[in-house]
Amino acid sequence: MSVKPLAMRDVLLNRIWRAMAEDQKIFFTSADFGSPILDKIRADFPERFVNVGIAEQNLINVSAGLALEGYTVFAYAIAPFITMRCYEQIRVSLALLSEVRPMNVNLIGVGAGFSYVVSGPTHQCYEDLTLMRALPNIRVLSPADHISADALFDRCVNTLGPKYLRFDAQVLPVIYEIDAPDLDLGFHVHRRGGHVCLIATGYMLHTAFKVADSLAAAGHQVGVIDLFDISNFAANQLQAVLSSYAGIVTLEEGFRGRGGVDAMFFEFLARRNMAARMLNIGVEGAYRFELGSREELHEQVGIGPEFVLNSVTTFMQSLFD
Amino acid sequence: MTVNAIDLREKSHWVWRETLAVHRRAPETRLASSLSSIEIFVALYYGGVLRFDPAQPLAEHRDRCIISKGHGSICMYPILADLGYFPLKELQRVCQTGSFLGGIPDPVIPGYETVNGSLGHGLGVATGMALGLKRKGSDRSVFVVSGDGELHEGANWEAIMFASQHKLDNLHLIVDDNRISMLGYTDDIVSHGSLSARLSAFGWDCQEVDGHDVIAVQKALLQMKANSAEKPKALIARTLKGHGVPGLENAPLSHIMNPKPELIDSLLEQVT
Repeated sequence: MSVKPLAMRDVLLNRIWRAMAEDQKIFFTSADFGSPILDKIRADFPERFVNVGIAEQNLINVSAGLALEGYTVFAYAIAPFITMRCYEQIRVSLALLSEVRPMNVNLIGVGAGFSYVVSGPTHQCYEDLTLMRALPNIRVLSPADHISADALFDRCVNTLGPKYLRFDAQVLPVIYEIDAPDLDLGFHVHRRGGHVCLIATGYMLHTAFKVADSLAAAGHQVGVIDLFDISNFAANQLQAVLSSYAGIVTLEEGFRGRGGVDAMFFEFLARRNMAARMLNIGVEGAYRFELGSREELHEQVGIGPEFVLNSVTTFMQSLFD
Repeated sequence: MTVNAIDLREKSHWVWRETLAVHRRAPETRLASSLSSIEIFVALYYGGVLRFDPAQPLAEHRDRCIISKGHGSICMYPILADLGYFPLKELQRVCQTGSFLGGIPDPVIPGYETVNGSLGHGLGVATGMALGLKRKGSDRSVFVVSGDGELHEGANWEAIMFASQHKLDNLHLIVDDNRISMLGYTDDIVSHGSLSARLSAFGWDCQEVDGHDVIAVQKALLQMKANSAEKPKALIARTLKGHGVPGLENAPLSHIMNPKPELIDSLLEQVT
Protein backbone atom coordinates (compact mmCIF):
# COMPACT_ATOMS: atom_id res chain seq x y z
CA MET A 1 0.00 0.00 0.00
CA SER A 2 1.57 3.23 -1.09
CA VAL A 3 -0.79 5.68 0.60
CA LYS A 4 -0.06 6.03 4.28
CA PRO A 5 -3.24 5.83 6.34
CA LEU A 6 -4.06 8.96 8.33
CA ALA A 7 -6.62 10.04 10.89
CA MET A 8 -9.81 11.27 9.26
CA ARG A 9 -9.87 14.42 11.34
CA ASP A 10 -6.29 15.30 10.47
CA VAL A 11 -6.86 15.21 6.72
CA LEU A 12 -10.09 17.19 6.94
CA LEU A 13 -8.61 19.75 9.33
CA ASN A 14 -5.63 20.14 7.01
CA ARG A 15 -8.00 20.72 4.14
CA ILE A 16 -9.92 23.30 6.15
CA TRP A 17 -6.68 24.99 7.25
CA ARG A 18 -5.54 25.32 3.63
CA ALA A 19 -8.94 26.55 2.49
CA MET A 20 -9.22 29.17 5.25
CA ALA A 21 -6.35 31.09 3.68
CA GLU A 22 -8.35 31.55 0.49
CA ASP A 23 -11.94 31.47 1.70
CA GLN A 24 -12.64 34.19 4.24
CA LYS A 25 -16.08 32.71 4.86
CA ILE A 26 -14.87 29.60 6.67
CA PHE A 27 -15.20 29.73 10.45
CA PHE A 28 -14.07 26.97 12.81
CA THR A 29 -15.64 26.38 16.21
CA SER A 30 -14.59 23.85 18.83
CA ALA A 31 -15.96 22.71 22.17
CA ASP A 32 -12.48 22.64 23.70
CA PHE A 33 -11.49 19.71 21.53
CA GLY A 34 -8.20 19.84 19.69
CA SER A 35 -5.59 18.15 17.56
CA PRO A 36 -2.12 19.13 16.37
CA ILE A 37 -3.57 20.19 13.02
CA LEU A 38 -6.13 22.31 14.80
CA ASP A 39 -3.26 24.18 16.41
CA LYS A 40 -2.36 25.48 12.93
CA ILE A 41 -5.89 26.80 12.47
CA ARG A 42 -5.80 28.40 15.93
CA ALA A 43 -2.47 30.03 15.22
CA ASP A 44 -3.03 31.15 11.64
CA PHE A 45 -6.69 32.19 11.74
CA PRO A 46 -7.44 33.45 15.26
CA GLU A 47 -10.17 35.71 13.89
CA ARG A 48 -12.08 32.76 12.45
CA PHE A 49 -11.46 30.19 15.13
CA VAL A 50 -13.33 30.15 18.40
CA ASN A 51 -13.24 27.71 21.29
CA VAL A 52 -16.55 27.98 23.15
CA GLY A 53 -15.24 25.87 26.02
CA ILE A 54 -16.80 22.65 27.25
CA ALA A 55 -20.21 23.86 26.16
CA GLU A 56 -21.67 21.92 23.24
CA GLN A 57 -25.08 23.59 23.46
CA ASN A 58 -23.45 26.95 22.91
CA LEU A 59 -21.19 25.43 20.23
CA ILE A 60 -24.26 24.65 18.14
CA ASN A 61 -26.07 27.91 18.76
CA VAL A 62 -22.99 30.08 18.16
CA SER A 63 -22.28 28.10 15.00
CA ALA A 64 -25.86 28.63 13.85
CA GLY A 65 -25.55 32.36 14.48
CA LEU A 66 -22.29 32.53 12.54
CA ALA A 67 -23.90 30.60 9.69
CA LEU A 68 -26.82 33.04 9.61
CA GLU A 69 -24.24 35.78 9.12
CA GLY A 70 -22.98 33.98 6.04
CA TYR A 71 -20.10 31.93 7.37
CA THR A 72 -19.44 28.33 6.39
CA VAL A 73 -18.99 26.81 9.81
CA PHE A 74 -17.13 23.69 10.87
CA ALA A 75 -17.98 22.75 14.46
CA TYR A 76 -15.77 20.21 16.14
CA ALA A 77 -16.15 18.02 19.22
CA ILE A 78 -16.23 14.42 20.41
CA ALA A 79 -19.03 12.52 18.64
CA PRO A 80 -21.38 11.68 21.54
CA PHE A 81 -21.09 15.20 22.92
CA ILE A 82 -21.64 17.07 19.65
CA THR A 83 -24.74 14.98 18.94
CA MET A 84 -26.41 14.13 22.23
CA ARG A 85 -25.38 16.86 24.67
CA CYS A 86 -26.86 19.44 22.35
CA TYR A 87 -29.51 17.48 20.50
CA GLU A 88 -32.22 20.09 20.93
CA GLN A 89 -29.92 22.85 19.75
CA ILE A 90 -29.26 20.76 16.64
CA ARG A 91 -32.96 20.18 16.16
CA VAL A 92 -34.04 23.79 16.68
CA SER A 93 -31.14 25.91 15.49
CA LEU A 94 -29.95 23.66 12.63
CA ALA A 95 -32.58 21.18 11.43
CA LEU A 96 -35.57 23.46 11.91
CA LEU A 97 -33.99 26.82 11.19
CA SER A 98 -32.21 25.64 8.05
CA GLU A 99 -35.59 24.82 6.57
CA VAL A 100 -36.36 28.54 6.56
CA ARG A 101 -32.99 30.24 6.33
CA PRO A 102 -29.96 29.23 4.28
CA MET A 103 -27.10 28.14 6.49
CA ASN A 104 -24.06 25.91 6.27
CA VAL A 105 -22.93 24.19 9.47
CA ASN A 106 -20.80 21.06 9.36
CA LEU A 107 -20.58 19.11 12.61
CA ILE A 108 -17.42 17.05 12.89
CA GLY A 109 -17.93 14.35 15.51
CA VAL A 110 -14.81 12.38 16.34
CA GLY A 111 -15.10 9.02 18.08
CA ALA A 112 -17.57 6.85 16.17
CA GLY A 113 -18.56 3.61 17.83
CA PHE A 114 -15.89 2.14 20.09
CA SER A 115 -13.06 4.20 18.67
CA TYR A 116 -12.30 5.77 22.05
CA VAL A 117 -11.51 2.26 23.20
CA VAL A 118 -10.53 2.68 26.83
CA SER A 119 -12.64 5.74 27.61
CA GLY A 120 -15.83 3.81 28.26
CA PRO A 121 -19.41 4.34 27.22
CA THR A 122 -19.60 8.11 27.78
CA HIS A 123 -17.02 8.68 25.07
CA GLN A 124 -18.07 5.81 22.85
CA CYS A 125 -20.92 6.45 20.50
CA TYR A 126 -23.52 3.89 19.48
CA GLU A 127 -26.65 6.06 19.17
CA ASP A 128 -25.64 8.92 16.89
CA LEU A 129 -26.60 7.33 13.57
CA THR A 130 -30.11 6.74 14.89
CA LEU A 131 -30.49 10.19 16.37
CA MET A 132 -28.97 12.22 13.59
CA ARG A 133 -30.77 10.43 10.80
CA ALA A 134 -34.04 11.10 12.64
CA LEU A 135 -33.68 14.82 11.94
CA PRO A 136 -34.85 16.12 8.57
CA ASN A 137 -32.53 18.49 6.71
CA ILE A 138 -29.36 17.05 8.27
CA ARG A 139 -27.04 15.09 6.05
CA VAL A 140 -25.26 12.26 7.85
CA LEU A 141 -21.88 11.25 6.43
CA SER A 142 -19.94 8.29 7.73
CA PRO A 143 -16.65 7.65 5.91
CA ALA A 144 -14.53 4.53 6.34
CA ASP A 145 -11.07 5.91 5.58
CA HIS A 146 -9.21 9.20 5.46
CA ILE A 147 -9.46 9.54 1.68
CA SER A 148 -13.25 9.43 1.69
CA ALA A 149 -13.26 11.74 4.72
CA ASP A 150 -11.08 14.18 2.78
CA ALA A 151 -13.40 13.97 -0.23
CA LEU A 152 -16.26 15.28 1.88
CA PHE A 153 -14.65 18.70 2.22
CA ASP A 154 -15.83 20.14 -1.10
CA ARG A 155 -19.30 18.80 -0.46
CA CYS A 156 -19.34 20.45 2.95
CA VAL A 157 -18.33 23.82 1.58
CA ASN A 158 -20.41 23.78 -1.58
CA THR A 159 -23.65 22.33 -0.23
CA LEU A 160 -25.84 24.37 2.06
CA GLY A 161 -27.49 22.84 5.07
CA PRO A 162 -26.38 21.19 8.28
CA LYS A 163 -24.30 18.05 8.07
CA TYR A 164 -22.96 15.55 10.56
CA LEU A 165 -19.60 13.96 9.82
CA ARG A 166 -19.13 10.80 11.84
CA PHE A 167 -15.39 10.28 12.13
CA ASP A 168 -13.40 7.45 13.64
CA ALA A 169 -10.93 8.50 16.31
CA GLN A 170 -8.39 5.93 15.16
CA VAL A 171 -6.33 5.68 11.99
CA LEU A 172 -8.13 3.21 9.71
CA PRO A 173 -6.58 1.36 6.77
CA VAL A 174 -6.80 3.00 3.36
CA ILE A 175 -9.66 1.86 1.15
CA TYR A 176 -10.02 4.42 -1.60
CA GLU A 177 -6.45 4.38 -2.88
CA ILE A 178 -7.50 3.87 -6.49
CA ASP A 179 -11.23 4.58 -6.87
CA ALA A 180 -12.57 7.82 -5.49
CA PRO A 181 -15.91 7.52 -3.73
CA ASP A 182 -18.83 8.88 -5.78
CA LEU A 183 -20.37 11.45 -3.46
CA ASP A 184 -23.51 11.71 -5.56
CA LEU A 185 -24.16 8.00 -5.16
CA GLY A 186 -23.43 8.03 -1.45
CA PHE A 187 -22.31 4.42 -1.52
CA HIS A 188 -19.56 2.46 -3.20
CA VAL A 189 -19.74 -1.11 -4.44
CA HIS A 190 -16.40 -2.68 -3.56
CA ARG A 191 -17.19 -6.29 -4.36
CA ARG A 192 -19.97 -8.10 -6.10
CA GLY A 193 -21.03 -11.50 -4.86
CA GLY A 194 -23.46 -14.32 -5.34
CA HIS A 195 -26.35 -14.49 -2.94
CA VAL A 196 -25.36 -12.20 -0.09
CA CYS A 197 -24.24 -8.60 0.14
CA LEU A 198 -22.68 -6.89 3.15
CA ILE A 199 -23.59 -3.20 3.56
CA ALA A 200 -21.36 -1.48 6.08
CA THR A 201 -20.67 2.03 7.27
CA GLY A 202 -17.55 3.49 8.89
CA TYR A 203 -15.21 1.13 10.70
CA MET A 204 -17.49 -1.83 9.98
CA LEU A 205 -16.52 -1.70 6.32
CA HIS A 206 -13.14 -3.04 7.38
CA THR A 207 -14.85 -5.84 9.30
CA ALA A 208 -16.96 -6.56 6.22
CA PHE A 209 -13.80 -6.98 4.13
CA LYS A 210 -12.33 -9.41 6.66
CA VAL A 211 -15.53 -11.46 6.72
CA ALA A 212 -15.79 -11.39 2.92
CA ASP A 213 -12.18 -12.60 2.66
CA SER A 214 -12.87 -15.51 4.99
CA LEU A 215 -16.02 -16.43 3.09
CA ALA A 216 -14.16 -16.20 -0.22
CA ALA A 217 -11.51 -18.56 1.13
CA ALA A 218 -14.34 -21.00 1.84
CA GLY A 219 -15.65 -20.57 -1.70
CA HIS A 220 -18.41 -18.02 -1.11
CA GLN A 221 -18.17 -14.67 -2.88
CA VAL A 222 -20.22 -11.99 -1.12
CA GLY A 223 -20.86 -8.42 -2.14
CA VAL A 224 -19.41 -5.54 -0.08
CA ILE A 225 -20.85 -2.03 -0.15
CA ASP A 226 -19.63 1.04 1.71
CA LEU A 227 -22.59 3.23 2.66
CA PHE A 228 -21.00 6.55 3.55
CA ASP A 229 -23.95 8.89 2.98
CA ILE A 230 -26.56 7.67 5.43
CA SER A 231 -29.23 10.21 4.60
CA ASN A 232 -28.89 11.09 0.92
CA PHE A 233 -27.66 8.02 -0.92
CA ALA A 234 -29.01 7.34 -4.40
CA ALA A 235 -31.80 4.97 -3.45
CA ASN A 236 -32.79 3.76 -6.92
CA GLN A 237 -29.22 2.92 -7.81
CA LEU A 238 -28.73 1.09 -4.53
CA GLN A 239 -31.93 -0.85 -5.13
CA ALA A 240 -30.64 -1.87 -8.55
CA VAL A 241 -27.40 -3.13 -7.01
CA LEU A 242 -29.16 -5.00 -4.22
CA SER A 243 -31.88 -6.53 -6.37
CA SER A 244 -29.68 -9.47 -7.38
CA TYR A 245 -29.10 -10.61 -3.78
CA ALA A 246 -31.18 -13.04 -1.76
CA GLY A 247 -29.71 -11.87 1.52
CA ILE A 248 -28.49 -8.50 2.81
CA VAL A 249 -26.34 -7.98 5.88
CA THR A 250 -26.13 -4.54 7.49
CA LEU A 251 -23.10 -3.77 9.64
CA GLU A 252 -22.91 -0.75 11.90
CA GLU A 253 -20.88 0.18 14.95
CA GLY A 254 -24.00 1.23 16.80
CA PHE A 255 -26.81 -0.39 18.75
CA ARG A 256 -28.73 -3.09 16.92
CA GLY A 257 -32.50 -2.79 16.87
CA ARG A 258 -32.63 0.83 17.92
CA GLY A 259 -33.33 2.67 14.74
CA GLY A 260 -29.93 2.79 13.08
CA VAL A 261 -28.82 1.52 9.68
CA ASP A 262 -30.64 -1.74 10.37
CA ALA A 263 -34.00 -0.01 10.70
CA MET A 264 -33.21 2.08 7.65
CA PHE A 265 -32.85 -1.06 5.54
CA PHE A 266 -35.94 -2.73 6.98
CA GLU A 267 -37.82 0.29 5.70
CA PHE A 268 -35.86 0.39 2.46
CA LEU A 269 -36.65 -3.24 1.59
CA ALA A 270 -40.29 -2.96 2.65
CA ARG A 271 -41.02 0.27 0.80
CA ARG A 272 -39.48 -1.06 -2.36
CA ASN A 273 -41.12 -4.47 -2.15
CA MET A 274 -37.76 -6.19 -2.17
CA ALA A 275 -37.83 -9.85 -1.27
CA ALA A 276 -34.31 -10.13 0.13
CA ARG A 277 -33.96 -11.37 3.70
CA MET A 278 -31.83 -9.44 6.10
CA LEU A 279 -29.34 -9.98 8.89
CA ASN A 280 -28.39 -7.02 11.08
CA ILE A 281 -25.02 -6.72 12.73
CA GLY A 282 -24.88 -4.12 15.48
CA VAL A 283 -24.01 -3.71 19.13
CA GLU A 284 -26.04 -6.17 21.17
CA GLY A 285 -27.54 -5.32 24.53
CA ALA A 286 -26.85 -2.20 26.51
CA TYR A 287 -23.83 -0.21 27.69
CA ARG A 288 -20.66 -2.06 28.58
CA PHE A 289 -17.92 -1.12 30.96
CA GLU A 290 -15.50 -3.95 30.14
CA LEU A 291 -12.02 -2.97 29.04
CA GLY A 292 -10.25 -4.55 26.11
CA SER A 293 -8.96 -3.89 22.63
CA ARG A 294 -11.46 -2.63 20.07
CA GLU A 295 -11.41 -6.08 18.46
CA GLU A 296 -12.08 -7.79 21.79
CA LEU A 297 -14.88 -5.39 22.62
CA HIS A 298 -16.39 -5.94 19.18
CA GLU A 299 -16.45 -9.69 19.69
CA GLN A 300 -18.13 -9.22 23.08
CA VAL A 301 -20.97 -7.14 21.65
CA GLY A 302 -21.55 -9.13 18.49
CA ILE A 303 -19.83 -7.05 15.84
CA GLY A 304 -16.32 -8.61 15.74
CA PRO A 305 -15.12 -10.41 12.57
CA GLU A 306 -15.36 -13.86 14.15
CA PHE A 307 -18.87 -13.33 15.43
CA VAL A 308 -19.98 -11.74 12.16
CA LEU A 309 -18.44 -14.56 10.09
CA ASN A 310 -20.38 -17.14 12.10
CA SER A 311 -23.60 -15.13 11.88
CA VAL A 312 -23.28 -14.59 8.15
CA THR A 313 -22.42 -18.24 7.53
CA THR A 314 -25.55 -19.34 9.41
CA PHE A 315 -27.57 -16.69 7.58
CA MET A 316 -26.31 -17.92 4.19
CA GLN A 317 -27.25 -21.49 5.03
CA SER A 318 -30.70 -20.41 6.17
CA LEU A 319 -31.35 -18.72 2.85
CA PHE A 320 -31.44 -22.10 1.16
CA ASP A 321 -33.15 -24.16 3.86
CA MET B 1 -39.34 55.61 11.91
CA THR B 2 -38.75 57.45 15.19
CA VAL B 3 -41.84 58.99 16.71
CA ASN B 4 -42.08 61.42 19.56
CA ALA B 5 -42.66 60.60 23.19
CA ILE B 6 -46.40 61.02 23.17
CA ASP B 7 -46.70 58.80 20.11
CA LEU B 8 -44.67 56.04 21.79
CA ARG B 9 -47.20 55.91 24.61
CA GLU B 10 -50.08 56.00 22.17
CA LYS B 11 -48.44 53.31 20.09
CA SER B 12 -47.96 51.12 23.15
CA HIS B 13 -51.62 51.45 23.97
CA TRP B 14 -52.59 50.64 20.38
CA VAL B 15 -50.42 47.54 20.46
CA TRP B 16 -51.95 46.56 23.82
CA ARG B 17 -55.45 46.81 22.35
CA GLU B 18 -54.51 44.97 19.16
CA THR B 19 -52.84 42.20 21.16
CA LEU B 20 -56.00 41.77 23.21
CA ALA B 21 -58.01 41.71 19.99
CA VAL B 22 -55.73 39.06 18.47
CA HIS B 23 -56.09 36.96 21.60
CA ARG B 24 -59.87 37.50 21.59
CA ARG B 25 -59.96 35.94 18.12
CA ALA B 26 -57.23 33.35 18.78
CA PRO B 27 -57.34 32.29 22.44
CA GLU B 28 -54.59 29.74 21.74
CA THR B 29 -52.10 32.62 21.84
CA ARG B 30 -50.35 33.39 25.13
CA LEU B 31 -51.71 36.72 26.28
CA ALA B 32 -50.15 37.52 29.65
CA SER B 33 -46.53 37.18 28.57
CA SER B 34 -47.29 39.10 25.38
CA LEU B 35 -48.60 42.04 27.42
CA SER B 36 -45.50 42.34 29.60
CA SER B 37 -43.19 42.91 26.65
CA ILE B 38 -45.16 45.51 24.68
CA GLU B 39 -43.21 48.62 25.70
CA ILE B 40 -39.92 46.79 25.06
CA PHE B 41 -40.88 46.06 21.47
CA VAL B 42 -42.47 49.48 20.91
CA ALA B 43 -39.28 51.17 22.11
CA LEU B 44 -37.13 48.92 19.91
CA TYR B 45 -39.17 49.34 16.74
CA TYR B 46 -40.66 52.84 17.08
CA GLY B 47 -38.13 54.45 19.35
CA GLY B 48 -35.30 54.78 16.87
CA VAL B 49 -33.33 51.96 18.44
CA LEU B 50 -33.40 49.30 15.72
CA ARG B 51 -32.45 49.81 12.08
CA PHE B 52 -34.76 47.69 9.98
CA ASP B 53 -36.34 47.52 6.57
CA PRO B 54 -39.78 45.87 6.28
CA ALA B 55 -39.33 45.60 2.50
CA GLN B 56 -36.16 43.52 3.05
CA PRO B 57 -36.58 41.85 6.44
CA LEU B 58 -33.19 40.09 6.23
CA ALA B 59 -31.22 42.89 4.60
CA GLU B 60 -27.56 42.96 5.60
CA HIS B 61 -27.87 46.53 6.87
CA ARG B 62 -30.49 45.67 9.51
CA ASP B 63 -29.88 45.40 13.22
CA ARG B 64 -30.74 41.87 14.25
CA CYS B 65 -33.61 41.46 16.70
CA ILE B 66 -33.88 37.94 18.11
CA ILE B 67 -37.19 37.37 19.83
CA SER B 68 -36.27 34.52 22.12
CA LYS B 69 -39.43 34.59 24.22
CA GLY B 70 -41.46 33.22 21.37
CA HIS B 71 -44.79 32.55 23.07
CA GLY B 72 -44.76 35.90 24.78
CA SER B 73 -44.35 38.02 21.67
CA ILE B 74 -47.80 37.96 20.11
CA CYS B 75 -47.68 41.75 20.52
CA MET B 76 -45.17 41.68 17.66
CA TYR B 77 -47.92 40.65 15.25
CA PRO B 78 -49.63 44.06 15.26
CA ILE B 79 -46.25 45.82 15.37
CA LEU B 80 -44.87 43.99 12.32
CA ALA B 81 -48.15 44.49 10.45
CA ASP B 82 -48.22 48.18 11.35
CA LEU B 83 -44.64 48.58 10.10
CA GLY B 84 -45.47 46.91 6.80
CA TYR B 85 -43.80 43.51 7.19
CA PHE B 86 -47.14 42.00 6.18
CA PRO B 87 -50.69 43.30 5.64
CA LEU B 88 -52.75 44.30 8.69
CA LYS B 89 -55.55 42.04 7.55
CA GLU B 90 -53.35 39.04 8.44
CA LEU B 91 -54.10 39.87 12.09
CA GLN B 92 -57.64 38.61 11.46
CA ARG B 93 -56.35 35.13 10.62
CA VAL B 94 -54.00 34.35 13.53
CA CYS B 95 -53.95 30.59 14.25
CA GLN B 96 -56.26 29.90 11.31
CA THR B 97 -55.57 27.40 8.55
CA GLY B 98 -53.30 28.92 5.94
CA SER B 99 -52.07 31.78 8.13
CA PHE B 100 -48.37 32.15 8.87
CA LEU B 101 -49.17 33.74 12.24
CA GLY B 102 -49.30 30.83 14.67
CA GLY B 103 -49.81 30.45 18.39
CA ILE B 104 -46.02 30.61 18.71
CA PRO B 105 -44.16 32.71 16.15
CA ASP B 106 -41.72 31.04 13.78
CA PRO B 107 -39.29 32.51 11.26
CA VAL B 108 -41.76 31.95 8.44
CA ILE B 109 -43.11 35.30 9.68
CA PRO B 110 -41.36 38.24 8.01
CA GLY B 111 -39.45 40.01 10.77
CA TYR B 112 -38.71 36.93 12.86
CA GLU B 113 -35.11 35.77 12.63
CA THR B 114 -34.96 32.45 14.48
CA VAL B 115 -37.00 29.55 15.84
CA ASN B 116 -38.43 30.67 19.16
CA GLY B 117 -40.92 28.06 20.28
CA SER B 118 -38.38 26.20 22.35
CA LEU B 119 -37.05 28.57 24.98
CA GLY B 120 -33.46 29.43 25.73
CA HIS B 121 -31.99 29.26 22.23
CA GLY B 122 -32.24 32.89 21.14
CA LEU B 123 -29.36 34.26 23.15
CA GLY B 124 -26.87 31.61 21.98
CA VAL B 125 -27.73 32.09 18.31
CA ALA B 126 -27.64 35.86 18.80
CA THR B 127 -24.19 35.52 20.36
CA GLY B 128 -22.97 33.73 17.24
CA MET B 129 -24.49 36.47 15.08
CA ALA B 130 -22.83 39.17 17.18
CA LEU B 131 -19.46 37.43 16.82
CA GLY B 132 -20.02 37.03 13.08
CA LEU B 133 -20.89 40.72 12.68
CA LYS B 134 -17.75 41.73 14.58
CA ARG B 135 -15.58 39.49 12.43
CA LYS B 136 -17.18 40.87 9.27
CA GLY B 137 -16.35 44.37 10.43
CA SER B 138 -20.04 45.29 10.53
CA ASP B 139 -21.32 48.01 12.85
CA ARG B 140 -24.77 46.43 13.09
CA SER B 141 -26.11 45.42 16.48
CA VAL B 142 -27.90 42.37 17.84
CA PHE B 143 -30.80 42.69 20.27
CA VAL B 144 -32.31 39.73 22.08
CA VAL B 145 -35.59 39.82 23.95
CA SER B 146 -35.77 37.04 26.51
CA GLY B 147 -38.04 36.21 29.41
CA ASP B 148 -36.66 35.80 32.91
CA GLY B 149 -38.22 32.34 33.10
CA GLU B 150 -36.32 31.05 30.09
CA LEU B 151 -33.07 32.09 31.76
CA HIS B 152 -33.50 28.91 33.76
CA GLU B 153 -32.26 27.11 30.64
CA GLY B 154 -28.56 26.51 31.24
CA ALA B 155 -27.52 27.07 27.65
CA ASN B 156 -28.19 30.79 28.18
CA TRP B 157 -25.42 30.92 30.73
CA GLU B 158 -22.98 29.27 28.32
CA ALA B 159 -23.77 32.14 25.95
CA ILE B 160 -23.60 34.74 28.73
CA MET B 161 -20.08 33.59 29.68
CA PHE B 162 -19.02 33.45 26.02
CA ALA B 163 -20.31 36.93 25.20
CA SER B 164 -18.33 38.67 27.93
CA GLN B 165 -15.20 36.64 27.15
CA HIS B 166 -15.38 37.92 23.57
CA LYS B 167 -16.32 41.49 24.56
CA LEU B 168 -19.40 41.41 22.35
CA ASP B 169 -20.49 45.00 22.91
CA ASN B 170 -22.72 44.75 19.86
CA LEU B 171 -24.92 42.29 21.77
CA HIS B 172 -27.88 43.60 23.78
CA LEU B 173 -30.03 41.38 25.97
CA ILE B 174 -33.37 42.75 27.12
CA VAL B 175 -34.97 40.64 29.82
CA ASP B 176 -38.73 40.95 30.14
CA ASP B 177 -38.46 40.42 33.87
CA ASN B 178 -42.08 39.69 34.71
CA ARG B 179 -40.97 37.15 37.31
CA ILE B 180 -43.60 34.58 36.43
CA SER B 181 -43.13 31.39 34.44
CA MET B 182 -45.87 28.88 33.74
CA LEU B 183 -46.46 27.52 37.22
CA GLY B 184 -45.95 30.61 39.30
CA TYR B 185 -43.50 33.23 40.52
CA THR B 186 -39.94 32.48 39.47
CA ASP B 187 -38.81 33.56 42.93
CA ASP B 188 -40.72 30.57 44.31
CA ILE B 189 -39.46 28.18 41.61
CA VAL B 190 -35.78 28.96 41.07
CA SER B 191 -35.08 32.56 41.96
CA HIS B 192 -32.71 34.64 39.88
CA GLY B 193 -32.33 37.01 42.80
CA SER B 194 -31.05 40.16 41.17
CA LEU B 195 -30.54 39.42 37.50
CA SER B 196 -28.52 42.57 37.02
CA ALA B 197 -26.21 41.54 39.86
CA ARG B 198 -25.81 38.09 38.33
CA LEU B 199 -25.19 39.35 34.81
CA SER B 200 -22.79 42.00 36.12
CA ALA B 201 -20.87 39.25 37.91
CA PHE B 202 -20.64 37.48 34.54
CA GLY B 203 -19.04 40.55 32.99
CA TRP B 204 -22.07 42.25 31.47
CA ASP B 205 -22.95 45.92 31.56
CA CYS B 206 -26.39 46.04 33.20
CA GLN B 207 -29.17 48.53 33.67
CA GLU B 208 -32.63 48.19 35.12
CA VAL B 209 -35.72 50.01 33.99
CA ASP B 210 -39.46 50.18 34.54
CA GLY B 211 -40.45 48.04 31.59
CA HIS B 212 -43.85 49.68 31.20
CA ASP B 213 -42.46 53.21 30.99
CA VAL B 214 -41.86 53.19 27.27
CA ILE B 215 -39.97 56.48 27.32
CA ALA B 216 -37.61 55.16 30.00
CA VAL B 217 -37.14 51.94 28.04
CA GLN B 218 -36.40 53.89 24.86
CA LYS B 219 -33.89 56.10 26.67
CA ALA B 220 -32.16 53.12 28.25
CA LEU B 221 -31.96 51.25 24.93
CA LEU B 222 -30.54 54.24 23.07
CA GLN B 223 -27.95 54.73 25.82
CA MET B 224 -27.07 51.06 25.77
CA LYS B 225 -26.64 50.98 22.03
CA ALA B 226 -24.39 54.06 22.04
CA ASN B 227 -22.22 52.69 24.81
CA SER B 228 -19.25 50.58 23.75
CA ALA B 229 -17.52 49.53 26.94
CA GLU B 230 -16.27 46.29 25.38
CA LYS B 231 -18.91 44.42 27.32
CA PRO B 232 -22.17 42.81 26.27
CA LYS B 233 -25.10 44.77 27.61
CA ALA B 234 -28.27 43.81 29.40
CA LEU B 235 -31.39 45.76 30.22
CA ILE B 236 -33.53 44.25 32.93
CA ALA B 237 -37.04 45.51 32.28
CA ARG B 238 -39.22 45.15 35.36
CA THR B 239 -42.61 44.24 33.98
CA LEU B 240 -45.95 42.76 34.92
CA LYS B 241 -47.30 39.69 33.25
CA GLY B 242 -50.80 40.37 31.95
CA HIS B 243 -50.18 44.10 32.25
CA GLY B 244 -53.37 46.13 32.34
CA VAL B 245 -55.86 43.29 32.45
CA PRO B 246 -57.72 42.95 35.77
CA GLY B 247 -57.44 39.45 37.20
CA LEU B 248 -54.61 38.57 34.87
CA GLU B 249 -52.00 41.15 35.86
CA ASN B 250 -49.28 39.55 37.99
CA ALA B 251 -51.42 36.48 38.71
CA PRO B 252 -49.09 33.52 39.37
CA LEU B 253 -50.85 31.33 36.81
CA SER B 254 -51.42 34.13 34.31
CA HIS B 255 -49.34 32.38 31.64
CA ILE B 256 -52.06 29.84 31.02
CA MET B 257 -55.07 32.01 31.89
CA ASN B 258 -57.43 33.26 29.21
CA PRO B 259 -59.56 36.24 30.25
CA LYS B 260 -63.23 35.87 29.43
CA PRO B 261 -64.17 37.27 26.00
CA GLU B 262 -66.63 39.67 27.68
CA LEU B 263 -63.81 41.11 29.78
CA ILE B 264 -61.68 41.67 26.69
CA ASP B 265 -64.66 43.25 24.92
CA SER B 266 -65.26 45.62 27.80
CA LEU B 267 -61.57 46.60 27.89
CA LEU B 268 -61.59 47.21 24.14
CA GLU B 269 -64.76 49.30 24.40
CA GLN B 270 -63.18 51.68 26.89
CA VAL B 271 -62.25 55.04 25.44
CA THR B 272 -58.53 55.20 24.72
